[in-house]
Amino acid sequence: MRTQKTFRPVATGIALALALLSGTAAVHAQTRGGTLRAIAQPEPPTLMLGLNQQTPTQYVAGKIYESLLTWTPDLKPMPGLAKSWTVSPDGKLYSFELQTGVKWHDGKPFSSDDVVFSVDKFLREVHPRARVIINQFVESIKAVGPNKVEIRLKEPFAPFLKSFVSDNMPMVPKHLYDGTDYKSNPANQTPVGTGPFKFKEWKKGSYIILSRNPDYWQKGKPYLDEIVFNVIPDAASRAVAFERGDVQVVSANDVDNVDVPRLKKVANTKSTNAGWEMFSKQAYIQMNMRKPPFDNLKVRQAVMEAINRKFVVNNIFFGLGKIATGPVSSTTPFYEPNVPAYTFDLKKARALIKESGVDVSKTPIKILSYPYGATWDRLGEYTRQALEQVGFKVEIESADAGTWSKRVSDFDFDMTFSFTSQYGDPALGVARLYLARNQVKGSAFVNNQGYVNPAMDVAWDKAAAATSVEERQRLYSTIQKTLVEEVANGFLFEMEIPTMYSAKVHNLTQTAIGLNDTFADVYIDK
Amino acid sequence: MKTLSFLFSRIGKAVFVVLGVVIVNFLLIRLAPGDPAAVMAGESGSSDPAYVDQLRHDFGLDKPVWMQLFIYLRGVLRFDLGFSYRERLPVLDLILDRLPATLLLMGCAFVFAIVLGLLVGVISSRSRYQGRLPWLDSVLMTVSLLIYATPQFWLALLAIIFFSLQLDWLPPFGMETVGAGLTGLAHAKDVALHLILPTVSLGCFFMAVYARLTRASMLEVLGMDFIKTARAKGVPVGEIVRHHALRNALLPVVTFAGIQLGQMAGGAVLTETVFGWPGIGRLLFDALMQRDYQLLLGVFLVTSTMVVVFNLLTDLVLRFVDPRIAEA
Repeated sequence: MRTQKTFRPVATGIALALALLSGTAAVHAQTRGGTLRAIAQPEPPTLMLGLNQQTPTQYVAGKIYESLLTWTPDLKPMPGLAKSWTVSPDGKLYSFELQTGVKWHDGKPFSSDDVVFSVDKFLREVHPRARVIINQFVESIKAVGPNKVEIRLKEPFAPFLKSFVSDNMPMVPKHLYDGTDYKSNPANQTPVGTGPFKFKEWKKGSYIILSRNPDYWQKGKPYLDEIVFNVIPDAASRAVAFERGDVQVVSANDVDNVDVPRLKKVANTKSTNAGWEMFSKQAYIQMNMRKPPFDNLKVRQAVMEAINRKFVVNNIFFGLGKIATGPVSSTTPFYEPNVPAYTFDLKKARALIKESGVDVSKTPIKILSYPYGATWDRLGEYTRQALEQVGFKVEIESADAGTWSKRVSDFDFDMTFSFTSQYGDPALGVARLYLARNQVKGSAFVNNQGYVNPAMDVAWDKAAAATSVEERQRLYSTIQKTLVEEVANGFLFEMEIPTMYSAKVHNLTQTAIGLNDTFADVYIDK
Repeated sequence: MKTLSFLFSRIGKAVFVVLGVVIVNFLLIRLAPGDPAAVMAGESGSSDPAYVDQLRHDFGLDKPVWMQLFIYLRGVLRFDLGFSYRERLPVLDLILDRLPATLLLMGCAFVFAIVLGLLVGVISSRSRYQGRLPWLDSVLMTVSLLIYATPQFWLALLAIIFFSLQLDWLPPFGMETVGAGLTGLAHAKDVALHLILPTVSLGCFFMAVYARLTRASMLEVLGMDFIKTARAKGVPVGEIVRHHALRNALLPVVTFAGIQLGQMAGGAVLTETVFGWPGIGRLLFDALMQRDYQLLLGVFLVTSTMVVVFNLLTDLVLRFVDPRIAEA
């Protein structure tokens, strides 16, 4: 039974690929040629995807570098640089069969040695997220032939395959990096990957141009000749560039939320929310539980009752979101809808505060503003007002990115906001925010609020190691119910990040990583 | 000879000013909480403090502050402005790559502002002095005041919406048409077209200042006795304005313009951001947001040097306009 299960993804992948092929052949041939114009915002500091994982780096360099797998929107694995893969019944041995005839952009062949180098040496040292997984779980990585790699884990880790996406485990060329100082290697300036697009030109502050890789391993792809990423630092100017048709793709990350409804109405424009399934970003309130008043559960529950999340989504974030029920986004596997609900009830909020025995007017709180644009400032202002309605004394402290990061990672705050990616599995993107042992000073996006529940820690670990889906679901359901009940964070909303694009452009967001994928299938009508 | 020794003493002082600026900046930046390692870790959603510590070690941030300052200053004296770990390039390369764009923009905006400002100021003062077309003076000065009071970025955005979006006359962002592969004259024309909106947006504010300044200064000179004498002798008004008044009225304008060149570098941050102009102002802004210390200090060093040099040039120009200044 179990061994069969492991082959299912391969079968689905092949079936899907066939369906895609036959489907497109039936409609009309995809046109070759053309330049796609997009926006890189903010300008990535480097295009070496192994060394930097900012969203724009993933977006641009995701066309240059590839990983072993790519993921369907419903989070099923599809072949990437790996043709097929198997997982042993005990969940500890992963074998990958690589594609043949793959070449690096400098012409050297890609082989299993590159995979071993990338995972075992390069990423283990420099990748902020992948190295945590590799160091904790991977026992050994071996090349068993030029096209076969075996990875043995110390203990089972169910979402391990999900690490093999380009932003998390990009394959880097051994022949350029082995034995060098990775961070100052001159090769970082002219990135070499296996992807459908090659690095062509980068004028810092102006644009990045990628050109078609004629030797790409998927014959006949990519369709585009070039991709131009314009660097336009001002959000209003980016919106204008899209309206004028100077760029054909713009995501809601590139423009202010207030512009999104207008841009959706630009003539011959399409819009989609697809392509964020792997990330399923969720926004939440962090309340520092190490000190009063938020060490008191009733006070935290009162906060949840006092905030009108529907208002937040519709009026502050211009409708770009969906109220979150708990820590796991509804687009992520193991989501549990049946959790205690907070319904925006001021009476209840006041009652909860009374029950708590805390005099909130005597313990004034400060909201540390979240430095990612005016929308978050508005959220801070709204929250202040909402909390004052039920008797809190609130002040707002402003911060820039450096200050915010420093203070949150030093646990030096009362209340702040945050959003983070879930990486397609609770064990990858959610657990880190709630494990008691993950209260490490010096890093934001961990358990900075100080949530402690030993029973939940055990459940998280069990769920990550469990090899049966049913067992994992059972554990994650319990976890979600408890975390919502105990307001481990103030769950606000699942973020919607629409992509607006010219109707002439096709196949932009086909996978779970959407715009960050390779664009091998993207084409433009002539 | 006098000019030369004046120059040398000024340059000597200037070096100390710039070094002082660098040291003060260095210390000020450290007063802000957070560092590049924290920002980078935040951006990548990292949850591994060992990684952040490793970054700090790479950046040299684990050394005591005085030691970092010493290492930095030692480098500066050898024209080594350090390495931007974020951009993974030497700071000097990054700055030299961006400086020409800023100098071009500032130069054009400055010429635009001073030429148009002088023109408007002279026309305005003349219309008032002669009492002909009295409404012209009011109109010009009201418009100047309006421009003076309008925030630069707002003016810039309006210009984009009107000239790029509505009329489609001018490109809204960038320094050239990307990927067009233009060369020679065609390229120059392309850059010139891209230059118009940012130049006007950046220059307008200063134009308004110079216009009002020129007008006030002209009217003051025109009220003096030697002008009355000239008029009594029958010199035509045009000639009086051009030869007698303007040269004298120029002094305060030049002084002010020299000081303002430094301010213009500040205005360039906004203009470069709105128009996606690949200059040093934006480099500064990005470096600040990302706490890229070495790059930030490098930009400060270069901009403060620019201000010092502009002031020096202003003094030289003033000596040329009014030779009496040499005595002082």
